[in-house]
Amino acid sequence: MQIYLPIAEVSVNAFVLLGLGGLVGILSGMFGVGGGFLMTPLLFFVGIPPAVAVATQANQIVASSYSGLLAHVRRKTVDFRMGTVLMIGGLIGAGLGVLLFNALKQMGQVDLLVKLCYVLFLGVIGALMLVESLRAIRRTRRGGTVPRRRQRSWVHALPFKMKFRTSGLYISVLPPLVVGAAVGVLAAVMGVGGGFIMLPAMIYILGMPTKVVVGTSLFQIIFVTGFTTLLHAMTNYTVDMALALLLLIGGVVGAQVGTRIGMRMKAEQLRILLSLMVLVVCGKIALELLIKPAELYSLAGGAN
Amino acid sequence: MLWRAVVICLLTALPLRAEQVVAGLSQTRVSITTNFAGSEILIFGAVKRDAPLPADTSLNVVVTVAGPLAPVTVRRKGKRFGIWINTDAVEIDAAPSFYAVATTAPLTEVLSDTEDLRHKVSIPRAIRAIGAAEQSPEAARFTEALIRIRQEKGLYQVLPGAVELSEQTLFRTSIALPANLTEGDYTTRIFLTRAGAVVDAYETHIGVRKVGLERWIYSLAHEQPLIYGILSLVLAIAAGWGASAVFRLMRG
Repeated sequence: MQIYLPIAEVSVNAFVLLGLGGLVGILSGMFGVGGGFLMTPLLFFVGIPPAVAVATQANQIVASSYSGLLAHVRRKTVDFRMGTVLMIGGLIGAGLGVLLFNALKQMGQVDLLVKLCYVLFLGVIGALMLVESLRAIRRTRRGGTVPRRRQRSWVHALPFKMKFRTSGLYISVLPPLVVGAAVGVLAAVMGVGGGFIMLPAMIYILGMPTKVVVGTSLFQIIFVTGFTTLLHAMTNYTVDMALALLLLIGGVVGAQVGTRIGMRMKAEQLRILLSLMVLVVCGKIALELLIKPAELYSLAGGAN
Repeated sequence: MLWRAVVICLLTALPLRAEQVVAGLSQTRVSITTNFAGSEILIFGAVKRDAPLPADTSLNVVVTVAGPLAPVTVRRKGKRFGIWINTDAVEIDAAPSFYAVATTAPLTEVLSDTEDLRHKVSIPRAIRAIGAAEQSPEAARFTEALIRIRQEKGLYQVLPGAVELSEQTLFRTSIALPANLTEGDYTTRIFLTRAGAVVDAYETHIGVRKVGLERWIYSLAHEQPLIYGILSLVLAIAAGWGASAVFRLMRG
């Protein structure tokens, strides 16, 4: 069934979009990530203009994150205070990100920026995750215990300290603000929630306990991507409501299926799979930059 | 003085008006609905004659359909620091979002270059790229690229032989409008030519409009962007909450 998207101004098969939403939903349910890093390239692939894909994707992440957050609120695994600090940083970052996005769009380099961000972040995080989970598997095979490290780092030496009771932390508000802002910029430019950067940063830089990071990250992602959606809607008019609706219907169903699959697998196996997937997406985008494209020319403005 | 001018005008105009187009379209409005998947427009008509059929030259018909004009930026990728990035850009003043030219025979045979220049019939002439030459010495290649890319997408169509002309009088052709159509007034022109010269021309418009839900969403997004953005978020939150509630019910 073909459906004409009012903002993207292209006609796309509705079942393809539902399927894409479902596929990314399954993966996000399995691995506990938003899946934006997969969805945005897939949308480019089916012919959605990049600007619409990035903006609409942000709207869809609001829906899936809200659905996930409700489950975490019930389990009381959300640090609202930390989430709020991250969110303030995130909103500033998102504002800067949209400005950067628009400036580069004028210069015709927005594709390049988005692709470079993808290659860089997916490559680094995929590789780190792969190495870390391979090590974890080797450790469990050897039967050793996981070393518990909780050292005082430079993070604890900064001023403006604040108590985060749910996380059991007493640290400066500056690192969460900076982490939030960095993820905010990425959210606006890449059309992702930034969970795949936020989660490691919360664990390794801020030293938050693992059980609260997912819920807290989801809490702040809702606000940052919500704000990004509004900014894109108001400055670029590129949020496609019809597209978002189709993606999120597929997405929320897929997420529930994915959660069931995820529960049957070991955490290390899941992380290896996720890191491989991240690296495949990264490799594909990197190849596009390295191999001479078949069509050197591209059009912008008007119908494109 | 005035009388003489009128007489001269009538005398010179008469041979030109010896053959006239009487045309019709299968539809003058195209509605983009939610399930819009392209549309086919039938353009037909007849040639009205006051004088007997000239025997020396044959009659040809040219039909063009042009979408709204808009500026386009054409960018070219080049290799910098080992990766392919956009390096050059040329701004083309105005290019139709859609352009189809259907003829009874190859365009170069039915229309002389001077007439093409005057009426802007062929695709390169329909694109206005006056300022482009100053921006790059290779501006022509950028215009070629624009035509090539839009031809591949079915947005620019050259259809020689697509106009059927029977008995030198009745003609018909159909133009396929693709699914990725933009809104606006699509100018439809019909030219009668003899020996490369335009004998008569006719012009009408096809209104392409989004209707219903498409219209509503598009206008809201452009006229009330804040409300539209908030509405999108409300929709997303509601869907997220709904999904969570439904699956909790199914589990419980």
